[in-house]
Formats: sequence, C-alpha cells, structure tokens
Amino acid sequence: MDYNRVFVSKVRRLIVVFALFSVFLGFRTTAFAQADSVAAQGHEVSAPVAHAEEHGKEEKGFDITSFIFHHISDSHFFTIWGHGDHGLTLHLPIILWTDNGLVTFSSSAFQFDDAGKVVAEKNGQRFVIAHNKIYYANAAADAHGSYVSHVTDEKGEEKITNARPLDFSVTKNVFSMLISIVVLVIIFTAVAAGYRKRAGKSPKGVQSFFEPIILFVRDDIARPNLGHKYAAFMPYLLTVFFFIWFNNMLGLVPFFPGGANVTGNIALTAVLAVITYLITTFKGNKHYWKHIFWMPGVPVPIKIFLIPLELMGTLTKPIALAIRLFANITAGHILVMSLLCLIFIFNSYAVAPASIFFAVFIGLIEFLVAFIQAFIFTILSALFIGLAVEEHH
Amino acid sequence: MDLLVPEIGLLAWNTISFLVLVFLLGKFAWKPIMKGIHDREKSIDEALNKAELARQEMARLSSQNEELMKQAREERDQILKEAKTLKDSIVNEAKTQAQTEGAKLIEKARIEIENQKKAALAELKGQVSALSLDIAERVLRSQLDDKAKQQELVNNLLKDVELN
Repeated sequence: MDYNRVFVSKVRRLIVVFALFSVFLGFRTTAFAQADSVAAQGHEVSAPVAHAEEHGKEEKGFDITSFIFHHISDSHFFTIWGHGDHGLTLHLPIILWTDNGLVTFSSSAFQFDDAGKVVAEKNGQRFVIAHNKIYYANAAADAHGSYVSHVTDEKGEEKITNARPLDFSVTKNVFSMLISIVVLVIIFTAVAAGYRKRAGKSPKGVQSFFEPIILFVRDDIARPNLGHKYAAFMPYLLTVFFFIWFNNMLGLVPFFPGGANVTGNIALTAVLAVITYLITTFKGNKHYWKHIFWMPGVPVPIKIFLIPLELMGTLTKPIALAIRLFANITAGHILVMSLLCLIFIFNSYAVAPASIFFAVFIGLIEFLVAFIQAFIFTILSALFIGLAVEEHH
Repeated sequence: MDLLVPEIGLLAWNTISFLVLVFLLGKFAWKPIMKGIHDREKSIDEALNKAELARQEMARLSSQNEELMKQAREERDQILKEAKTLKDSIVNEAKTQAQTEGAKLIEKARIEIENQKKAALAELKGQVSALSLDIAERVLRSQLDDKAKQQELVNNLLKDVELN
C-alpha cells in the first residue's frame, strides 16, 4: 500500500499553510493599524456582528473573529443571499423540548435577531435566541434591550445564565446534512442500479466515476487493515468515507445549499468517532481485551501500570479522530474566511485580488483536504477496528 | 470553547441521520455494489484462468502433435529402411539363386555334352570296329589274290583311316 503520496501531499500542504500564515501575520499588524484609521467607515460591514459592538468591547469596526465564528458555527437561519430583510433567507423549523412538552415554530419568529432582543412566544412560553442558541427569556429586558442575563466568568468571557430548552431544531447543519444524505442515497442507488443492469460488464457513467473510489476504499483502506474480515465493515467504512467527503465538499461550496460547516462541527465528528469506538469495543476479540487488561510478555507491575494507560488509549483514539476532522475542516473554513476578511480589514478594493487569489488557492487545497480528511478518518477507523478484530498468533 | 461543546440536538440528529444513512446505503447501495464488483472480479479471474488453461491445452496439443509427427517420421524412416533391406536381400537371394541355377544348368549341359560325346565316341568306336572289321575282311579277301595289291590296299585303307 502506498501512503507515500498522502504524506507528500500532507507535507506540501503544511508548507503552503505555514507560508501563507507567515504572510498573513505580516499583514496583520499593518492591517489593524489601518483598521483603526478606518474605524469610522467600518460600520457598514459590522452589521452581522452587532452584539460585539453592543457590548462595547470592539470599537475598531470590523470584528473579524465573531464574523468568522458566525460563519463556521451552526445557525437557525440559512441565508441564501443578502442579509436579514434585504436578502433571501430560509427559515428553518425550530423544535424544542421544553418543560411543558414539545414546541415547534419557524425561526422567522426571531426576525433575524441573534442578541436575545426578540421574544418568540409559543404555548405560553417565551424564547429568545442569542449566539445561535435558544434560551428561556427573562420577564423584562435589560438596559441593552436583551432578555438574557449575562455573567462574566474568571476568564473575562461573558456567559448567558438563562436556562435552555432541549433544542432539536433542524438547523443549518442538520438541513445541509439531510440534503447530503438524500444526494448520497440517490447517487449510490444509481450506482448500484448500474451494477444490476450491467452485471459483469464494464462500468458506465456515474458508476465508472465512483467505482475506482469504492475500490480504493476496499483495496487501500479496508483490506490492508482488516485482512479477510474486511467485508463485514465495508458498509460502515464506505458510508463514512463518502459521507465525510461529500459533506467536506458541500462545505466548500460558498452558496446554498453548501456553506454549512457540517464536518467541521464537533457534534458530527464526535458521533462518527463514537460509532467507530463502539464498533472496536463490541467487535474486539479476547486478544484485544487481553492486551488492554493484562498485557502479555511484561512483568506484573508493568501489567498493572499499563491497564489505565491502555484504557485511556482506547478513549484517546476516537477523541483524536473526532478532533482531527473537526479541526482540519474548521481551520480550512477559518483560513478562507480570514483571507476574504482581509478586504474588510484593509477596507480597500485593492486588496481584493490578492485576497481572492489566496482564498481560491486555499480553496483548491481544501478540495484536496476534503478528500484526505475523509481518507484519514476512514483509514484510522479501519485501523482501530483492525487492531480490535486482528487474529493473534 | 463553544466550538468544542456539541449541541445535544445536533448530536441526536447526526446520530439518527448517520445510522439511517448507513442502513439505507448498506442495504440499497453497498450490498449490490460490492456484490457486483465481487462477481465481476470473479468472472474476470475465471475467464483469465480459462484462457490460461486453454493456452496450456493448446501448448500441450501442439507439443503432442510435434511428438506424433516425430514418431510418424521415425516410423516412416524405419519402414523405408526395412523395405530397403528387404529389397537388397531379395535381390541378393535372386542373384544367388540365379547363379546356382545357372551353374546347375551349365553342369547339366556339360554332363549332357559329356554323355553325348561318350555316346558319339562309343558309336565311333563301334563304326571304327565295324570298319576295321570290314577292312580286315577286304584285306583278307585281296590277300588272297595278290600280295602286292594287298599291301597297297592296306596302305590305302590306312590312309583312309588316318584321314578319318
């Protein structure tokens, strides 16, 4: 099996990212200096980050951090274009499990508010939304017109103290993921139909596009790690691979229905990692457990010493799996957004060509990363499962 | 830190959706796809194996043919050789037989000639003796007449005899 090209591309990617990062850092000092001087004009672009100004923390105009974080986090609105009332927004359904049972309503009830200022009243309960999270509203608004109460914790961060209902809303991430599921099912049932129609013949059309990738998953990911037991885990590995890859790609599409940061959300990567963890735990044979609880071939004190380490090892593997995918995809989104934000930081059209050039360049790398991360998640899952089901001699 | 704390709603949706996806794809996509690929690979392998077998069979047949040809050639050579020996022996035998036959004939002819000669000699002897007797008779008769004449007669007779 040839991992070499993966490593080479990884190394190249690191070089590129570091190079760009140093360039970016070089820009930053001047950028903020300029941002200071243009603070007055900065207000046109600061609308999405109203809350930052509201607290009076960021007086520099353009708050790049909250702008980017707004883009990479989940949302109850799916903006198709424009902003607020001036654009087109898909209002996603809000489904809450409250103290008084199930409550559902459209997110249009919040009127694009994200600072806890608009109260939506349903079934005799009052809700507000702040930082994309839904809270039970206070009886009265505070001095800023907000219906949530804040405390400042020891790190100086403001925390909202209001109670939250259980939020099972179809958010932007859920919506995007459901689309990806529908598309994946349509594509792969079409591929499967190709195999039924042209049994034993060479593949055609969409079938011939996906067959090499399916074979890649089978021959380069599953077989080397799982040996002859690979067949039982193929459905999971193939699903994980294509699910992650497709959602990574969908996240790179800047317009509807893309743009959601599905695979860059810890909730998704954690679910996938937990499933891998459950498979290794329940499919693990007695050799696997023996190596954890009573490592053969070492003295007894070491055996005892190794038990907590090995147990921790079983947990760190899925945690690393979840964090790796989440961090890689989120980092990619942050990088592209940061490069584009340079235009607003400089507040000049002159920066746009360079900024867009770098953003497109990083975007192309992200296409590679989309594949590599899907590959890495799948191969590590296969490796962990392979270690658990491996036959010892 | 907000990024690292998963939302319970998202967790629920993700878990359910992903499990449904695994189930749907597993049942309606991966199963027929893997089966299709597996079957096709098997049929390709089989076809290749069959081709290889056919090739070996061909090679075997052609080497067998070669062998047969060689054998046939050897057999032909053998037969030709045998025929030649046979021919030689027949010719030799015929020659010897002819010679013996010839020799026999010659011998026979010789014996015949000898016999004829003997017979002729015997007859000649008889005639000579008869002639002698005749001469003797005539001599005796003329003796009786004239002595000189008798002598002459004898001489003449003897001359005749010598001529004979």
